[in-house]
Amino acid sequence: MSDELITADEMLTQIDHKPPGKGWMDTPVNIRKGMYCYASNPKSVEYLGLPNARPWNPMEDDWKLPDNWQEIVHNAFKDRLERFRSFKVFMDICVRCGACADKCHFFLGTGDPKNMPVLRAELLRSVYRNDFTKLGKIMGKLNGARPLTIDVLKEWWYYLYQCTECRRCSLFCPYGIDTAEITIMGREIMNLLGLNIDWIATPIANCYRTGNHLGIQPHAFKDMIDFFVEDIEEVTGLALEPSFNQKDADILFITPSGDVFADPGTYSCMGYLMLFHYLKEKYGLKVTWSTYASEGGNFGFFTSHEMMKRLNSKMYAEARRLGVKWILGGECGHMWRVIHQYMDTMNGPADFLEEPVNPITGTKFENACNTKMVHISEFTADLIKHGKLDLDPSRNDHLSVTFHDSCNPSRGMGMLDEPRYVIQNVCKNFHDMPANTIREQTFCCGSGSGLNAGENMEQRMAGGLPRANAVKHVHEKYGVNMLSCVCAVDRAALPALMEYFVPEVEVCGVTELVANALILPGEKERETDLRMEPLPGREEES
Amino acid sequence: MNLEKTLAQHKAAILQAWFDQVVETYPSDTAKMLKRRKDPFANPVGSTTRKGLEGLLEELTGRMEPQNIISHLDPIIRIRSVQSFSASQATGFVFLLKAVIRRRLQDKAPQCLHGEAMTALEDRIDRMALAAFDIFMQCREKIYALKAEDQRRQTAAALRRANLITEVGDKVPDPKNNNT
Repeated sequence: MSDELITADEMLTQIDHKPPGKGWMDTPVNIRKGMYCYASNPKSVEYLGLPNARPWNPMEDDWKLPDNWQEIVHNAFKDRLERFRSFKVFMDICVRCGACADKCHFFLGTGDPKNMPVLRAELLRSVYRNDFTKLGKIMGKLNGARPLTIDVLKEWWYYLYQCTECRRCSLFCPYGIDTAEITIMGREIMNLLGLNIDWIATPIANCYRTGNHLGIQPHAFKDMIDFFVEDIEEVTGLALEPSFNQKDADILFITPSGDVFADPGTYSCMGYLMLFHYLKEKYGLKVTWSTYASEGGNFGFFTSHEMMKRLNSKMYAEARRLGVKWILGGECGHMWRVIHQYMDTMNGPADFLEEPVNPITGTKFENACNTKMVHISEFTADLIKHGKLDLDPSRNDHLSVTFHDSCNPSRGMGMLDEPRYVIQNVCKNFHDMPANTIREQTFCCGSGSGLNAGENMEQRMAGGLPRANAVKHVHEKYGVNMLSCVCAVDRAALPALMEYFVPEVEVCGVTELVANALILPGEKERETDLRMEPLPGREEES
Repeated sequence: MNLEKTLAQHKAAILQAWFDQVVETYPSDTAKMLKRRKDPFANPVGSTTRKGLEGLLEELTGRMEPQNIISHLDPIIRIRSVQSFSASQATGFVFLLKAVIRRRLQDKAPQCLHGEAMTALEDRIDRMALAAFDIFMQCREKIYALKAEDQRRQTAAALRRANLITEVGDKVPDPKNNNT
């Protein structure tokens, strides 16, 4: 042990207030604990048929790569440059203007220049120039080219898993370069060497086998819902009877499994159940849950196109099997990015489903005419707009709410106003965060794209800083005490972020707020909200 | 002119020099951005650092209220605790103020450099640095608590799902009866 300790002299030389001023190519990667997720469980990698399943540790020198790893990367790079024109264009056209540089939450939070989107992409571009451009081959470093060494590969792995693929940077790029697509390609290539993380690989394996990220089997999934039904009965006095795998249902509902097991998503899950009960009682609408396609999230998106397609197909296969008219999707983040941007060309057209129409209001959801899948906030906003919900917003009077635009539903599919419309109809106190932190310009939670693990807490807190900073502002200025969102990863990640930076603020889903305000036919007078906290004015009775 | 008045006169310049040195603890490309961007939401590290240092300087030349010092130090340390700094680098920015003040006095009021007032001032800076270290430890402990809580939550959920947990019921056991 004593051999590992540094001497006093060595220690003193390390206490230096200024970092060395080397260029980025000459600054070696320093893999730091707390800034990365654990390597994949080989069993999960093997189950998915991904290459090079073996135990490995990013902190050890030997990453146990195949002997011909450089050849594998070169060929995979070449293949993708040929298959994806956008990738080739993104490799070529960046002029390094720096417009994206200070737009990334990871750069703003960590202060590490290699987290500037331009530089993160440059990690790949430098190898692209070396391997695939004449100028790069001739001029080498002068042209920003460098060969792929093991240290460069480690740098790829470290920094491409410090990108949540949120696409805030691409919003500011004058050329429209989608840096997230570069991360996606980089991660795909690294997966061919078995360089994956467990927080992604194991959920995918579970989803592929059992239908959801957590490996909850159908009977256990139903048990969890039954558990919520008991809680709802305690709050409302009503015994709900949700439907599962019902063949003549109008709508199939799919939400992230995180809503079924993790607080505070569970309260939104109760909210969905209550909303569907209300619509059945009042309007005869039949919504069913599937214990087979029991996952909205799609971590395959963070691995490869093929894996994303494989997991996405399950939802549509189930919709076909049940013969529903269309699919309603819960509060999820990347599920919507996959649906909105990729589904139609991957698994579409879903021509066996109907173009979604709200049977209660007659509204045609034209934006979903190809995917046949409608977001719960669009659906709820439409019901409220047509006066179809009985609401008592005063039940949320103890809350002062702000809204975090989750990257994928906002930037990825353009849903900006619907959640706000819903919140403002079920809560009296709503305050938006500053303009450059919301809507299209929203800051990521810092834990998206499979980075919501525990071991990388420093990374998550640094990445979430810009978001927390804006929440702190509305907390101090308006007394905001609830951060609402429409994403299961947000609901899992933001509580820790708030606890660290703004502990006075809690996190909830939008449908939880709806269900608190929703007056169910025949319900008893409510004394608590869904968290079993006394409603405003009922504090003394509890 | 005494030290107190000199410091008050040069406060803006001292703050600027201190701020510059603190942000230069980041890599140079980062430091440029931290100095340049004024919007607090586009530059949370730069604006939080500037605001905190300003408050600390106010306290240094003012009443040295412990609660105020903590409230100004905390946001800066909270950020530096999760960045790639060692404990000394995360908290050592407080000591940078000593050199900043000395350099300023050397140029503008060298007579203030010596004497009890200067010693007392440097003692105050040392106290701030000690408080910074306490806050750093609290932040690190919080990070480890969040990690532990994350693990606990996962395990508890898994056990509950597997029906391996039986919660205590409403019936209170009778201590006289060993079988209950």
